[in-house]
Amino acid sequence: MAECGRVDSNTSSHTMDKSITLPPDEIFRNMENAKRFAIDIGGSLTKLAYYSTVQHKVAKVRSFDHSTKEAAGDKLYEIAVQEEVTARLHFIKFENAYIETCLDFIKDHLVNTETKVIKATGGGAHKFKELIERKLGLKVDKEDEMTCLIKGCNFVLKNIPHEAFVYAKHADSEFRFQTTNPDIFPYLLVNIGSGVSIVKVESEDKFERIGGSSIGGGTFWGLGALLTKTKRFDELLQLASKGQHSSVDMLVKDIYGGSYACLGLTGDLIASSFGKSATADKEFSNEDMAKSLLHMISNDIGQLACLYAKLHNLSRVYFGGFFIRGHPVTMHTITYSINFFTKGEVQALFLRHEGYLGAIGAFLKGAEEDNPNQYSWGENYAGSSGLMSVSPDMNPMQRARSGTFDMLEMDRLDRQLVNLPLLQDPSSYIPDTVDLTEDAQAREYWLYCFEEALDGVVKRAVASQPDIPEAAERAEKFRQKYLHKLQTLRHQPFAYGSLTVRSLLDTREHCLNEFNFPDPYSKIKERENDIALKYYQKAVKSLEELSWEDRQFALVRGVLAGNVFDWGAKAVSDHFSIKLIFTFCFSSDRPWLVDSFDQWLERLKGPPHRCALFFVDNSGVDIILGVIPFVRELLSRGTEVVLASNSGPALNDVTNSELQILTERIAAMDPVIDSALREDRLTLVQNGSSSPCLDLSRLDKVLAMLVRERQTDLVIIEGMGRAIHTNYYAMLSCESLKMAVIKNSWLADRLGGKLFSVVFKYEVPAGKSH
Amino acid sequence: EKLKKSFPWFGMDIGGTLVKLVYFEPKDITAEEEQEEVENLRSIRHYLTSNTAYGTTGIRDVHLEMKDLTLCGRTGNLHFIRFPTHDLPVFMQMGRNKHFSSLHTTLCATGGGAYKFESDFRTMADLELHKLDELDCLVRGVLYIDSVLTSGPSECYYFENPSDLDHCAQKPYTLENHYPLLLVNIGSGVSILAVYSENNYKRVTGTSLGGGTFLGLCCLLTGCSTFEEALEMASQGESTHVDKLVRDIYGGDYERFGLPGWTVASSLFCDGFHMMFKEKRESVSKEDLARATLVTITNNIGSITRMCALNENIERVVFVGNFLRVNILSMKLLAYAMDYWSKGQLKALFLRHEGYFGAVGALLGLLHPS
Repeated sequence: MAECGRVDSNTSSHTMDKSITLPPDEIFRNMENAKRFAIDIGGSLTKLAYYSTVQHKVAKVRSFDHSTKEAAGDKLYEIAVQEEVTARLHFIKFENAYIETCLDFIKDHLVNTETKVIKATGGGAHKFKELIERKLGLKVDKEDEMTCLIKGCNFVLKNIPHEAFVYAKHADSEFRFQTTNPDIFPYLLVNIGSGVSIVKVESEDKFERIGGSSIGGGTFWGLGALLTKTKRFDELLQLASKGQHSSVDMLVKDIYGGSYACLGLTGDLIASSFGKSATADKEFSNEDMAKSLLHMISNDIGQLACLYAKLHNLSRVYFGGFFIRGHPVTMHTITYSINFFTKGEVQALFLRHEGYLGAIGAFLKGAEEDNPNQYSWGENYAGSSGLMSVSPDMNPMQRARSGTFDMLEMDRLDRQLVNLPLLQDPSSYIPDTVDLTEDAQAREYWLYCFEEALDGVVKRAVASQPDIPEAAERAEKFRQKYLHKLQTLRHQPFAYGSLTVRSLLDTREHCLNEFNFPDPYSKIKERENDIALKYYQKAVKSLEELSWEDRQFALVRGVLAGNVFDWGAKAVSDHFSIKLIFTFCFSSDRPWLVDSFDQWLERLKGPPHRCALFFVDNSGVDIILGVIPFVRELLSRGTEVVLASNSGPALNDVTNSELQILTERIAAMDPVIDSALREDRLTLVQNGSSSPCLDLSRLDKVLAMLVRERQTDLVIIEGMGRAIHTNYYAMLSCESLKMAVIKNSWLADRLGGKLFSVVFKYEVPAGKSH
Repeated sequence: EKLKKSFPWFGMDIGGTLVKLVYFEPKDITAEEEQEEVENLRSIRHYLTSNTAYGTTGIRDVHLEMKDLTLCGRTGNLHFIRFPTHDLPVFMQMGRNKHFSSLHTTLCATGGGAYKFESDFRTMADLELHKLDELDCLVRGVLYIDSVLTSGPSECYYFENPSDLDHCAQKPYTLENHYPLLLVNIGSGVSILAVYSENNYKRVTGTSLGGGTFLGLCCLLTGCSTFEEALEMASQGESTHVDKLVRDIYGGDYERFGLPGWTVASSLFCDGFHMMFKEKRESVSKEDLARATLVTITNNIGSITRMCALNENIERVVFVGNFLRVNILSMKLLAYAMDYWSKGQLKALFLRHEGYFGAVGALLGLLHPS
């Protein structure tokens, strides 16, 4: 990097700061394959977007050819690590002062020669056009700002769970994240930049600027600078947060002496902004004037937004623009204003990635031939910075500095994700049982728990790659990365939306993948599968010998027993062996912690279900000796079964490709399974996820289609990750069965039980009993 | 038999910034009455009618005086007087000196000050205020003044050709029975009412960005101290020096959204770019700042009003309040904004007695208690 005198960016955003050195591993990642650049240059921040491909290792399992099976020795199947190329979107946000340095860096690292144009949007785009063209040798292709903004907004609302949030300054958790509503339209977007634009969005391609105002962020900044001689926006906000507006504003009580009761106007309501400053002989403090100005502008924007929302009958109103951009002060005043003017009928919503909307939209415009909107995308927790702390106590200046480079990375998912069609109310479905953002005690426990377990995970990762010498080094990098994430989350639990056990697990998986540990449990899974297969016939035979009623109970107990065996759970990996599991099998006395076995048994005496969808959990004993015999019984009753397993690896959960091989092997021993597979009465599908938990609102489209086709009337969810941490309260429109053993003493305690308590929850939606 | 309502007849509206006083001067005083009229009453009448300014800040708007008005069976002239609310103690002191309390009358008052200063009136001037609701008075006052026939210029008027600022002209308008009306009262703050009949109205909303905000900001930005000074500066300024125009951002008309290039995109300078240009800031005069403040506040009231008119489905908007006093620029801007953004659907109407309707309503409350 060129060294050059340090220029204070505080005084001028025009002067380039070349003194920084960019760490290439962290900031402009995967630049070698980068293409489809887009840039959004605002008043103070630049957002760069590009598409890139990431080569990373994936674990694949492959069945040995039957003819050479003997040669394979005692191996059940072949585990191969392959290189796979996946698409990733990179978004980087930095101060305009660094733009030249960044462009130089991109030029130096850009290999892809196909790239000819860069899409540009934002107020500053034309100002930097010449610089960009000169530095990068790319043609700047300008895109309409509003179109980009809306496209970006649609994209994040569709693809990022917990994108939108409600801000509540005085609540336990400042952020209340909204669940992803599959139906994002129509909505109102209020963009508060220099001025205000109010846009009604009705569909992907249909939107209209229905109004606006010239009183916006520019008014706050410009007028604030004139009144207080404070030039920086952040400093103005800081002044405002310390001021008392009542010394500058004329309040209702200044006019009435109290409230204007018959109109319901309280005494503290502002009757006239700056009404008290209409005098030449009084001095006002900068803090008070800034506060009054902030209230004036926020209230005015809130009022206009409400009037437009009412006129167009819209209840979802998102706020964005540099005036908002994560500033707690403005989010609070806008929220207050909206609550005041709509009496709570409309909520002010904010977006986690609001600053990126323009860049995302410009990128999407440029990438139309890649059809990015055809795919589902997921936020990569390993590569994304997450939401900055917006604690009102924190100095906004510090925030601005620490946020010099902010990143968002999104992975293209192999599968298109949709809702499970059997959710009772998709718009109110929340996968997670406990929101750790709101539950401080639970948060502390789980963060501790994950940190504590980190050593074990690192060891396991290293052990999974015994022949690769640098695995230890990578595993150490993984440890640092995940530890850093945990520390960030301890201070900013809201960084990636609601903090949940699921998000902690997913973040760990993302970090493992980041450092090329695609499947640390692959060999363990293989071994456990192999052992369990040896017991299969014996288990089936002993079950068949039981009376019908005893068998139903034994099948349930089998699933539960199998589920105890779980390398992911700390208590289990510490103490258990297969023998112990069978001991558990016979020792767990009823009634269980949650016990609706009698109702289930009663139901089984009735007509068979048409089709059962079974979300499976672990490899080995769980799937082979627990789940398959249970499924076998359902098949014998005339019920079709769809087995849904993970698309990619997560802990010791059985993946779809592993399950393919396992069922083939079982079919070879068991004619019941064999014929069911051949006749399509037993179908294997991927769930579209690589998580130990389960989000029923983001499932593989094929699975959803099959569920509809087969007229599925029973959903079975197994395991702690899928039935306790998530979906414990999920309401389905058909019968459901949630089975799990609680393998964590803290959680058991929380639910009022002991370690290894059993949850057997059979539910029939109201009005659907047989 | 003439209705015996003893004189003097006053109506008072004590607002956040100004006190508005209307006084009915009977011109049909009989010799008998003349005989009976107490000295105090005569003195008050002479003081008010023979002066056009009172103390250093009180002013009688002579051009608004309504002559030969018949009110409650009496004929006389209606006078319109105003003074700043902070001089209310002087007024009370005067009332005390002139022994106002010895007269057999009730002082009807409205506005927030009627509540805030009630006890001061009692202790300082020995006067008991009869308090009336300000919005009731406002509506009543507007409808009354509009209904009386006088020989003077039409009370209600509008601007012809509002889209052509150079050629738009004031034209008389008859308001009577044109319900529903949106009544926008711009005082220190703003109240917006939907009026369906004399006795049926509701407050739709209000905004704190009103006349007080214009004056308050102008005082801080330019060091001026009166509304007249601020307006004078505004009339000499050029707001485009200050406002960042759409043109500056987009290099031309932002056609996609039908925004003409001159539309003020961001009032009162500026985004980050402009702030950095110190020289640019220094080239901006106080007059330009005053103008930009006036235009911003006015346009904002215009846009909130327009949204209310749409939400309430009302096509006629009557703007009143002292912000509009001698403020032809704001009136033209409002007329233009209503017409342009509604494509001619909305009509902006103005009333000559701008800020006095509350006080008139208070006087009516004295004569026709309901």
